Amino acid sequence: MRSDGDRAPLLLRLAAAGGLVYLLAPLLIIFVYAFTTEEKSFVWPPPGLTLKWFAVAWSRPDISAALLLSLQVATVATALALVLGTLTAAAVSRTRFFGRETISLLVILPIALPGIITGIALRSAFSTFSIPFSFWTIVLGHATFCIVVVYNNAVARFRRTSASLVEASMDLGADGFQTFRHVILPNIGTALLAGGMLAFALSFDEVIVTTFTAGQQQTLPLWMLEELIRPRQRPVTNVVAMFVVAATFLPILAAFYLTRGGDEIAGGGK
Amino acid sequence: MSAIDTAPPRSLGGRLGDLFWRRPGLLVALMLMPPALWLGIVYIGSLLTLLLQSFYSLDEFSGLVVPEFTLATYAELLRPSNFDIILRTVVMAALVTIASAIIAFPIAYVAARYARGKWKALFYLGIMLPLWSSYLVKVYAWKLILAKEGILTWLFGTLHLSWALDAILAIPAIGGNSLSVSYIGTFLVFVYIWLPYMILPTQAALERVPVNLIDASSDLGGTPAMTFRNVILPLAFPGIVAGSIFTFSLTLGDYIIPQIVGTSRLFIGQAVYTQQGTAGNIPLAAAFTVVPIVIMGIYLTVAKRLGAFDAL
Repeated sequence: MRSDGDRAPLLLRLAAAGGLVYLLAPLLIIFVYAFTTEEKSFVWPPPGLTLKWFAVAWSRPDISAALLLSLQVATVATALALVLGTLTAAAVSRTRFFGRETISLLVILPIALPGIITGIALRSAFSTFSIPFSFWTIVLGHATFCIVVVYNNAVARFRRTSASLVEASMDLGADGFQTFRHVILPNIGTALLAGGMLAFALSFDEVIVTTFTAGQQQTLPLWMLEELIRPRQRPVTNVVAMFVVAATFLPILAAFYLTRGGDEIAGGGK
Repeated sequence: MSAIDTAPPRSLGGRLGDLFWRRPGLLVALMLMPPALWLGIVYIGSLLTLLLQSFYSLDEFSGLVVPEFTLATYAELLRPSNFDIILRTVVMAALVTIASAIIAFPIAYVAARYARGKWKALFYLGIMLPLWSSYLVKVYAWKLILAKEGILTWLFGTLHLSWALDAILAIPAIGGNSLSVSYIGTFLVFVYIWLPYMILPTQAALERVPVNLIDASSDLGGTPAMTFRNVILPLAFPGIVAGSIFTFSLTLGDYIIPQIVGTSRLFIGQAVYTQQGTAGNIPLAAAFTVVPIVIMGIYLTVAKRLGAFDAL
């Protein structure tokens, strides 16, 4: 029997290994470039290695300001998405009502359509109603496409949570808020945590919608984009890029070890 | 005394709970109100504002938007210079999708059927790290790799294959001065960035292929090639179509990759960006955004027929 123990054909293994190299090598190269002594070009191999760009990047006020703005936007957008996404998921999974399909479509649309459409639609709405760009215009865009990831996680969990638990709680005399606090929340808690983390990551990295809703403000991805189009400080950009990759590495590793037993592909919901 | 009289007086929350229990529709309506208002007003409202603009036109002399209904802006899309942009984007999206499917399949297949222990962890990292790493950092990494003085040129030189690289770059239309300013470069980056979106649904579909079907096929005398063609591929196909929705749609709408790596000729996303920004022609920009919406509408209808939504 060709069971799990046997090995893949050589050609298949080579193709898969080649694919893995293609997927991982570019990220590893980022790490090498962060230490290069070369300032003006992307020359390979690096002529020398140095640590000085870490100090330079650390003391740059524009980078820390961009990082702070990105963190603030992601936090507020995630909070909004958590509330709106959970409400939608609860309503959709609880009952069958007229327009249920429309609601699901409405939630998925902001991420199904290319980001540039969401971006330019928001920009043209802002200019039509003369809303000035602010922290809140960025949050508005981010929360809109973050709702879907919270919704997806929550709706799957609501389907698996038995409705009789809620009925039992009510029968035993708990009011609606007690039921929510002691029965529903513990059941959907981890799904909300997962959804919230995905939403945060999505918002933190978003650049396409943000270019249309930020005006003069700079989030970290916008700072990065500026450096990509008009490189001024290549070594500093290398260091920032390395940190961003390292920052994603740890949660991914944690997610792998936490979900190892299950057959779901963790993080596959992006 | 009746049972009702002995019951403790209900709190406000309790009475609300009772009301919602008797009238579940009320609770659902209350729960749906905030998200429906948000998406309905902020998102759909914005989309409609945009759509409306595409039926306006730009006065060529004053440069102002004329708010009168016209289809002239859509006709402008068919002008050769604009139609080329649409064609270029659709061809690129199709090629990227095909290449992603081909590269993704072996990875997904080995990850789904053979990888165990350490290898499983490596495959997991190999798919998840590129998926979750910052989009711009990935594009940046490719700018480093494809640069004229970068690692690919060095690699070809070390292997004494510089002539091959020069030959590739000399190909008219898709070649260029260096990889980072050629269509080949744009293509490589697109495939890299969207590849995980193809691998995941393909892998999920392959994981659902029962091993005993494959065993049965070989027991009945099917060669590996026949088993692949008649058993594995048909079962994995909905997953591949599901992945292609992402690779196709994401390539159609992207405007950052071709701006950073590639020629100066525009893709749809860039056309939208320039029209609304420097050119100030919001109607044309809006008409351009309708193109990917229509294409994706057709694509999704076909994908639904092929069963892709069950594989998501």
